[in-house]
Amino acid sequence: MSQRTLELGFSGHSEERRVEVPPDAPPPWDLRSDLKVAGKPHPRLEARLKVTGAARYTADQRLPGMIFAGAVRSPHAHARVRRLDLSRAKKLPGVLYSEAYPQREVRYAGQAVAALAAESEQVLDDALALVEVDYEVLPHVVRTEDALAEDAPAVAGRRNVRQGRGMRRGSLRRVEEAHARADVVLTREYRTQVQTHTCLEPHGSVARWEGDRLTVWASTQATFAFRQTLARALGISAAQVEVITEHMGGGFGSKFGADAWDVFAARAARATGRPCFFMLDRRAEHLVAGNRPDSIQRCTFSVRRDGKLLGAQVTSHGTAGLGRGAGVLNPAIYAFEATYSDQYDVLTHAGSARAFRAPRHPQGVFALEGMLDELAEAIGMDPLELRRKNDPHPVRQAQYDVGAEAIGWSRRKPSGSSPGPLKRGLGVAAARWAHNARPGTAVRCRIGRDGSVLVANGSQDIGTGTRTILAQIVAEELGLPLAAVEVRLGRTRDPYGHGSGGSVTAPSIAPPARRAAYACRQRLLAAVAAALGCEAESLSLREGRVHGAERELSFAAACGLLPTESIEATATGGPEDMSYPSFTREVAGVQFAEVEVDAELGTVRVVKVVAVQDCGLVANPLLARSQINGGVLQGISYALHEERILDARTGDMLNANLLDYKILGAREVPEIVAIPFSVANGRTSTGMSSLGEPPTVPTAGAVANAVANAIGARVRSLPITPEKVLAAIAEAERTRRASDGEKKKKKKKRIF
Amino acid sequence: MRTRLHVNGEAREVEHEPQETLLSLLRYRLGLTGSKEGCGEGECGACTVFVDGAPVVSCLVLAAQCEGAQVTTIEGLGRGHPDGLHPVQRAFIETGAVQCGFCIPGIIMAAADAIEREPDADRESLRRLVAGNLCRCTGYTKILDAIELARARARSGGPPCSTK
Ligand code: FES
Ligand code: FES
Repeated sequence: MSQRTLELGFSGHSEERRVEVPPDAPPPWDLRSDLKVAGKPHPRLEARLKVTGAARYTADQRLPGMIFAGAVRSPHAHARVRRLDLSRAKKLPGVLYSEAYPQREVRYAGQAVAALAAESEQVLDDALALVEVDYEVLPHVVRTEDALAEDAPAVAGRRNVRQGRGMRRGSLRRVEEAHARADVVLTREYRTQVQTHTCLEPHGSVARWEGDRLTVWASTQATFAFRQTLARALGISAAQVEVITEHMGGGFGSKFGADAWDVFAARAARATGRPCFFMLDRRAEHLVAGNRPDSIQRCTFSVRRDGKLLGAQVTSHGTAGLGRGAGVLNPAIYAFEATYSDQYDVLTHAGSARAFRAPRHPQGVFALEGMLDELAEAIGMDPLELRRKNDPHPVRQAQYDVGAEAIGWSRRKPSGSSPGPLKRGLGVAAARWAHNARPGTAVRCRIGRDGSVLVANGSQDIGTGTRTILAQIVAEELGLPLAAVEVRLGRTRDPYGHGSGGSVTAPSIAPPARRAAYACRQRLLAAVAAALGCEAESLSLREGRVHGAERELSFAAACGLLPTESIEATATGGPEDMSYPSFTREVAGVQFAEVEVDAELGTVRVVKVVAVQDCGLVANPLLARSQINGGVLQGISYALHEERILDARTGDMLNANLLDYKILGAREVPEIVAIPFSVANGRTSTGMSSLGEPPTVPTAGAVANAVANAIGARVRSLPITPEKVLAAIAEAERTRRASDGEKKKKKKKRIF
Repeated sequence: MRTRLHVNGEAREVEHEPQETLLSLLRYRLGLTGSKEGCGEGECGACTVFVDGAPVVSCLVLAAQCEGAQVTTIEGLGRGHPDGLHPVQRAFIETGAVQCGFCIPGIIMAAADAIEREPDADRESLRRLVAGNLCRCTGYTKILDAIELARARARSGGPPCSTK
């Protein structure tokens, strides 16, 4: 062990900390580290491949003899399959394989009842149309509110409402005591909608057998979990399967394992001895490939007149379709005296939810941040001031200043005071996230005698930039330019890496990458020292050269001195480089939004969003900004547009395409000011924090607060559509008139 | 059936099904997989290519309609440009406009067309010109930055943008 003193924190707010560094690990980077490649804005390594169309995604595999698969899906939300007849389809020339799923009941629109594989996509389409299914339609319930009703059809078991496990938290008694001490207690209902992931690249895979070995090209955000789930479903060992994800077109939480269609593709390929291709179409993407659950959140919050937050109590009901996990996460940001939450899953006849970028957070924060603004309004305090008073996080405190300056918070006017039909408003909201660096990721680094450097890990780059970050870390450690490092990702024959969920990938992969490079570096320097007859400690590696007391030589020449063809080290992320004491316990972020609302049409235009996001030590500002921009994009889209609409009558989705399921486009996107906020946490040897998810958490809350500030009325339901805006304005108008009337009456009484 | 067309400057004669789309012909028959299929319904723009110089969503165009046509795909866009990169492609790399990249070939085609057709378009008009292309990752901000950068360079006497 060696002792090191680190400078941790962020500019203007730092402290020294002494740590013990294990002998085979590099000391953590801190504020004093003078990094040359890591932390710099390098364009992503695979950018050229992606802009020229050369990057190969799953559906781009063109294998000789490949066949195509698809499914017959139920148009009904709830039905009994009376008869399922594949005989006509199977007779069609070119149909090669089929499976029927004669389950007694289908329980959501889109559920597969049969699947086929055929010679070509054209034959497949014809064959799917020949499958005969006779449904007896049964009563269904697809909306959360309807499923709560006493006489609602039971979806599974007797009751549609289930309490999520571990979903009652805090103390109701303490919250009630806190409310009793408050000056203002407000009860409000907030609602959020079901959102679908809408990855541009659909789910699916291409499977090929060679003997008893299976290779699968998959659009997945978890190559190893995909391999595991697929192997299990096929009854083979994971060692027989290789999963390849070279490039993938977005997952956002919906692509964590092998799905039914992937299993079918593998079975069809095995049965026919030909590679099989199965990608979902856009309709199936919306119906069967996951979604973010909705929520009905009943909130009672209280505050003292001086701005001290007291109690926060939330009861939420939401539907994850046939799945579970519709809870929300609300009051973890501010220091309430007491909190209590009670969360229920409501079963409906709809496709199951899946993890979706920051599961539970955006919906909870929308309610939480709305409640905060309502409390601020009630006690006549600036909403930012209320947050500053109650936010214990030192990083967010600094971020409030940065963000307020960038958006021009001092321009904010009292809610509803914006004159004319086009009304401007400002809003703020915050986010928290955990430092999710997870042990267990393994990275192999190899230096060849020819001077080549290869870094390998079997996990995937889902668009975040993992490949580039890996190269930066290793180049930094070896004192090389970025271009000198080659990265291989996305093949499960390489060392293990986690799924890209919980924003773990970069923070978990970087420390072992650095340690593997560090080990190679030590061995390279030892070899050079032996050849030159000097001490390894007297040598250093920087700017592509080995520097000694008397001489220096190029990296390539140094590698030429290696006694073996190559040296190689594999490091696994673990306590030695991932569990130093951390400067902060949580990742912090704040966002500010400016909107313009047309009070006559009810339309909302987001003018600007400022997103200040704690990144730990910024791995690459270019990539960090992209993550933040993307989080904000999805947040605005969620706030204003997206909503899965299930028809109560038929149970089918009314907008299962990209035209009617509106996602934010280039025309609506505002100016986004993404501010990566660098914090040296010192927790891991590379210092970067989770970044993929937190930037999407506060956006909808900030936008909603800005809308309320603009129009002086609150829309408590997402998406904030023109109808809801107009209704909120009308409602506020009515209330104002009524209270004006009251006041007049009182005045009259006094006079007479 | 059989269709003769030029793809990225090369004369091709392709055997295909009568109802097959241009996208399918490009991807499956010719192995040009740079054009992506995000929806197959004309809604996302990931499959954008030029047919006789005009951008089209190739998932809605029948291959048979392209008899004698000049088709340019993302693979051919950089032809004749330094290092094989069209200025828009280069700008996309430099500004970090690419994330997962699935939408990118289509957006680049739309953008290349936009700056040629309306070289004086301001940022607001550029938004409109690429509004038919959806991206789920980037926030469009850097995409618009990249297009502006490419256009500024083209104006200040950089290499010409035309590839059609
Ligand atoms: S695939 Fe052609 S527009 Fe989406
Ligand atoms: S970069 Fe992923 S869809 Fe645009």
